Amino acid sequence: MTTDDSILIAGGTVIDSSQAIHAKRDVLIEGGRIAAIAESIGRERAKHVIDATGLIVCPGFIDLHCHLREPGGSASETIASGTAAAASGGFTTVFCMPNTNPVCDSHVVVKFILVRAQEAGSIRVVPIAAVTRDQKGEQLADLGALMSAGAGAYSDDGRPVSNAMVMRRALTYAHMLDMPIFDHAEDLSLTADGVMHEGNVSLRLGLKGIPRSSEATIVARDCALSHETGGRLHICHVSNRDSVAAIRHWKDRGAPVTAEVSPHHLTLTDEAVCAGEGYRTSAKMKPPLCSEDDRRSLIEALEDGTIDCIATDHAPHSPPSKDALFQDAPFGILGFESAFAVLYTTFVASGRWKLDFLIEKMTSAPAEVIGAEWGTLRPGSCADVALLRVGEPYVFDEARVKSLSRNSPWLGQSFGGRVVATLAEGRVVFKEEAALCATDPSAGPCGPRPVVIADPTLTRGRVSGT
Amino acid sequence: MAARTIIAERPAARGGGFFHHHLLGVEDLSRLEIETVLSLAAEYKAALVSRPDERLATLRGRTVVNLFFENSTRTRTSFEFAAKRLGADVVNFDVATSSIAKGETLVDTAETIEALGADFIVMRHPASGACQYLMRHATASLINAGDGSHEHPTQALLDALTVQEALGRIEGTKVSILGDALHSRVARSAIWALTKLGAKVTLAGPSTLVPIEFASLGVRVVHDFEEAVEDADVIYLLRVQTERQASNFLPSLAEYRSLFGMDAERLALTKPGALIMHPGPVNRGVEVTREVMDSPRSRILGQVTNGVAVRMAVLTLLDRARQSAGVKS
Repeated sequence: MTTDDSILIAGGTVIDSSQAIHAKRDVLIEGGRIAAIAESIGRERAKHVIDATGLIVCPGFIDLHCHLREPGGSASETIASGTAAAASGGFTTVFCMPNTNPVCDSHVVVKFILVRAQEAGSIRVVPIAAVTRDQKGEQLADLGALMSAGAGAYSDDGRPVSNAMVMRRALTYAHMLDMPIFDHAEDLSLTADGVMHEGNVSLRLGLKGIPRSSEATIVARDCALSHETGGRLHICHVSNRDSVAAIRHWKDRGAPVTAEVSPHHLTLTDEAVCAGEGYRTSAKMKPPLCSEDDRRSLIEALEDGTIDCIATDHAPHSPPSKDALFQDAPFGILGFESAFAVLYTTFVASGRWKLDFLIEKMTSAPAEVIGAEWGTLRPGSCADVALLRVGEPYVFDEARVKSLSRNSPWLGQSFGGRVVATLAEGRVVFKEEAALCATDPSAGPCGPRPVVIADPTLTRGRVSGT
Repeated sequence: MAARTIIAERPAARGGGFFHHHLLGVEDLSRLEIETVLSLAAEYKAALVSRPDERLATLRGRTVVNLFFENSTRTRTSFEFAAKRLGADVVNFDVATSSIAKGETLVDTAETIEALGADFIVMRHPASGACQYLMRHATASLINAGDGSHEHPTQALLDALTVQEALGRIEGTKVSILGDALHSRVARSAIWALTKLGAKVTLAGPSTLVPIEFASLGVRVVHDFEEAVEDADVIYLLRVQTERQASNFLPSLAEYRSLFGMDAERLALTKPGALIMHPGPVNRGVEVTREVMDSPRSRILGQVTNGVAVRMAVLTLLDRARQSAGVKS
């Protein structure tokens, strides 16, 4: 007995850290969920078969930090283009920041994002709502209503809450709802008009620097507030050694703190700004790329668990806006399409990490941060799956970019691993041209998913109903 | 002594040793390239003195556009004079009265200028990296006449020429640069030029304006006036701008003067014969007093004269590099 939407992913090597599996396994999907995972599953049990021989089969990646730009920024990205880009990078769940226009500080905007995501029919989008109205750092947004509408976390993102008492109240209140605050930790008075990491490179280029303390002081402040209030704090895109030290200290003291690090902070330093002709705006982001010493401390922190997971901070900016003087260009770079390739090549192909570790930090680790039941191939869970090909060189060129923007420092570079297909809730949402041999040429059912506003598996403390 | 020898070797200097199509910064130049510029500049200077009315044909048929987004009468005039003496046509693009002020972008402006057939664009811009940006959009040779806090290469080259003329050498000399190095493109270019030519460079000034990280450029960093100047052969004073006070880099200009200002009394702490230099324009009574400026130790006017010779050399060498690479003029 087969259902019309059943798919068998046959012959691949399954890596699933949530079940400690690293072995040849067949995976059967029915009704958008994992139905079975076993050494061998008969082909007659599925309507469609994906031949995954030679491929890695793992849970779809989860990205706790991205910018989809809609509403208000469709010259850089739309929810349709952003989710397509995410799918092409193996992501099946992305959390999008609220710095849109209008700001995602009301249930109306939360619902709008969810509806647009359903229309796009690709992967799961979880809106992050603003902590304060219009991200102004003054009056708390209606945090309960935002959660009920489907928000998965709160953040004022790049206009971080500067007033410590407002942050303290927000953490106390969010604690009641068992919702995390995602903290873009930055003291804007220390950043001032800085445009890159303050160090030897900024000095040489004559560019204004951003000191480490701009991030590290707010990390320390907000961890102390989290410890005091019990409110869950997730530190976004940790960039330097001093912030790592603060997180380590407060985790040791039992503060309910988690942290993420981006692929670019793990692989690049401020030297990337002066690569090529120099003043490369595709190496300009916040927090800025720091020194090699900082990069090493981030790698160690991810390895020892001080930093919990990887998040891309996919931040599209339209080509004209990035084609500007360095000081005038907006902060941020693309992340979805390149994340796995860059991290695989830098850390796994080089022998430093096992592939299992990288996959864990992109799947079950972020799931744990937000307390969701994604990031696993356990039977009964959502059939969110990424298929990877490793050990074969490929060039990350423009054709590979699904985003409307092109602001990636890795364009044109060669990598040793990539995502070849992605399934979200049992539907193929991305596949490389001619990458897969399937008994059915469509390689499984595609198209829009049924409308589900809020996923009941999202967070621990979700208030029931809408 | 090495630099002097090369000045004497005219054929070697003429033979090239300079292959850039743009002059964006001294950081990009090798020692040989710097010496090539200086030796040709020394020749041009001799001719400027002996035949002041001469007009050469070196750049006949070429158009040099001065594109200045910040006012600088001295530098612009110096480039204009240099280009005209070489026989080029010169267009001064006055930003204040152009459409740039009405929201036209730097690239739009550059395209307009290129359409006019510019062979050289001499640009000054308040943003660091402005030339690197323009380079992606323009085909003319670019000469950086100062970009933000980044570089001001022709200033550093003329300063090097001044030191070489006055002391007979640069290799092994001790040069102390005092003032707001952090915001200074002159300081950065001077550091590259002087260290590449073998000078020992010291930076001095308040810790807010002379961060210790400058040591990564191969210079000594001190925060004490006396320590900075006691064995210096050249003391290079940078302009200290009043706006540094508002952003708390300095408590006050009076405090700067009391800690780092050069006056007659402090001049006595320096080695006999040490040169006093300043890129101009001078904030009299802040970084340096009029008395010191007017002393025989000062080379401030000599620096201005050398500017024309160095800019002629740079234009000539860039043009030769373009010709030998087959760029249509």
